[in-house]
Amino acid sequence: MKVPKDLYYLETHEWVKVEDGFAYIGITDHAQHSLGEIVFIELPEENDTVTKGTEFAAIESVKAASDINAPVSGVIVMVNEDLEDSPELLNEDPYENWIIKVELEDESELSSLLSADEYIDACE
Amino acid sequence: MGYDKLIFDISQEGRKGYTLPHSEFSRKSLDDVYLRDDCPGLPEVSELDVVRHFTNVSFKNFGIEKGFYPLGSCTMKYNPKINQDIANMPGFSQIHPYQPLDTVQGILKIYDETQRMLSEISGLHTYSLNPYAGAHGELVGLMIIKAYHESRNDFNRTKIIVPDAAHGTNPASATVCGFQSVEVKSNRDGSVSVEDLKSVLGDDIAGIMLTNPNTLGMFEKDILEIAKLVHEAGGLLYYDGANLNPILGKVRPGDMGFDIMHINLHKTFSTPHGGGGPGSGPVGVTKALAPFLPQPVIRKVNDTYTIDDHVIDSLGQISHFYGNIGVAIKAYAYILSNGKEHLPEIAAFSVLNANYIKESLKDLYLLPVEGVCKHEFVFDGLKDKSTGVTTLDVAKRLLDYDVHPPTIYFPLLYKESLMIEPVETESKQTIDQFIAIMRTIAQEAKDTPELVKNAPYNTVVKRLDEALAARKPIVKYKDLE
Repeated sequence: MKVPKDLYYLETHEWVKVEDGFAYIGITDHAQHSLGEIVFIELPEENDTVTKGTEFAAIESVKAASDINAPVSGVIVMVNEDLEDSPELLNEDPYENWIIKVELEDESELSSLLSADEYIDACE
Repeated sequence: MGYDKLIFDISQEGRKGYTLPHSEFSRKSLDDVYLRDDCPGLPEVSELDVVRHFTNVSFKNFGIEKGFYPLGSCTMKYNPKINQDIANMPGFSQIHPYQPLDTVQGILKIYDETQRMLSEISGLHTYSLNPYAGAHGELVGLMIIKAYHESRNDFNRTKIIVPDAAHGTNPASATVCGFQSVEVKSNRDGSVSVEDLKSVLGDDIAGIMLTNPNTLGMFEKDILEIAKLVHEAGGLLYYDGANLNPILGKVRPGDMGFDIMHINLHKTFSTPHGGGGPGSGPVGVTKALAPFLPQPVIRKVNDTYTIDDHVIDSLGQISHFYGNIGVAIKAYAYILSNGKEHLPEIAAFSVLNANYIKESLKDLYLLPVEGVCKHEFVFDGLKDKSTGVTTLDVAKRLLDYDVHPPTIYFPLLYKESLMIEPVETESKQTIDQFIAIMRTIAQEAKDTPELVKNAPYNTVVKRLDEALAARKPIVKYKDLE
């Protein structure tokens, strides 16, 4: 299970990477592995607002359907449209293929997220 | 010879396999405006063509009449032929909903008596046979919960509690009905965590949806306390009847404190299921909630059955006419042919069969919850995880042995869920054969894992690419070519 050190995590298996005031959000390697082959993702739209801890997208695999929660709050400035036609990118590289890019509203929200080590503990 | 193609593909121009019955009416010409410009394109086939076609395509299918079908959470029991014989009697099959009521008193009597028998069986005061299926019943039940709170000018109750192990239809029905669903955590045995329940109860809770026994097949032992807590908080209890089979004639949801429930006639009461449908999901309620039930309502006034479709508090009409009456007739036949004395044996044998399989396989398959289960149980895949053989592989391999696979990857509580429900209609011989097959597959997973991972081999199609099928579905037969 890959868990990059420089990301923040949610117990519900989402990651967030912060760069220049923007947050890139995706699902973890553990999430894609547990779901199995991903066949569909219902994406939000640009300019939608996401709220920390609530779902912003839904994902379907051959095994199950699952909500994806936002680790931080803010307005979506970009959606990874490639996933619409190729949801399998999330299986291939879940950390390279972020799902949404959000303008970070409140940087202090990051402090309540899990570090890589804490996330590994939470998975066990 | 191609008989398994579409019937249109075996059509030959000018071939005919029918004769029309003698017309009781004199011949009349229609105005040109009502006439078709071209032929309707119906298949032109002989009677033998039709018989061979349907016999061939039926070989490609798997149903309860072909083999063992231990599909967890679905109660795939045999549909006794007597049900069908009764429902096919011309007095039932040849009537029309617009017929004058004095000519259909018999069917109305059966309708009324079926509702009364379901009341007696489940402990809920009044039933409506209108809903078409389980999820439809759930929606109707939730609409009743909403109507009840609103009738008391309580508009604050916007949330429905659903356990995390619940059937997926529960939160879906709640959402469709305009509620927000709130999850409560399960204990290790799939039962509701009473502590977690307490933390979400409040004056915004409209009700809770539960199955009992729960999704892991375990009886919810705290049900009386749960009912008390929910009622004290002003909420109502909804019973999802999907798991009614193992408590039939033993305990009643009404006595456990439930206010509303649906029954899947196509599960517990042996009417055809799935593709063999249609289904039926009668909803039962306590006396206090009866005025909210959907209409039309059938009433017995003196010795005559009438139809009331102007019930003031009713949530309205939710089906065409009276629901799937043909299904109700089959359930009625099933209940009467078993009788009050034998209905509890259905529960007993479904529980015995499940426990017998569970105990016979738990040395090879991982059993997360020990103890006596009800009608079904869940393995977390093979015990030996070193082979890399998954639950999906085991399910596919079962097809080679002419067994319909159990439910897989549900509930989501475990990574490799394999949910087995044998039901009461199987003989010990069949159950023993199934146990032997499951043991063989576990041995194959050890000796020749690749064999299991590439199964099935004996089916019409081999291992399918399920991801590709979901990503790029071909839904038209013509596009297959």
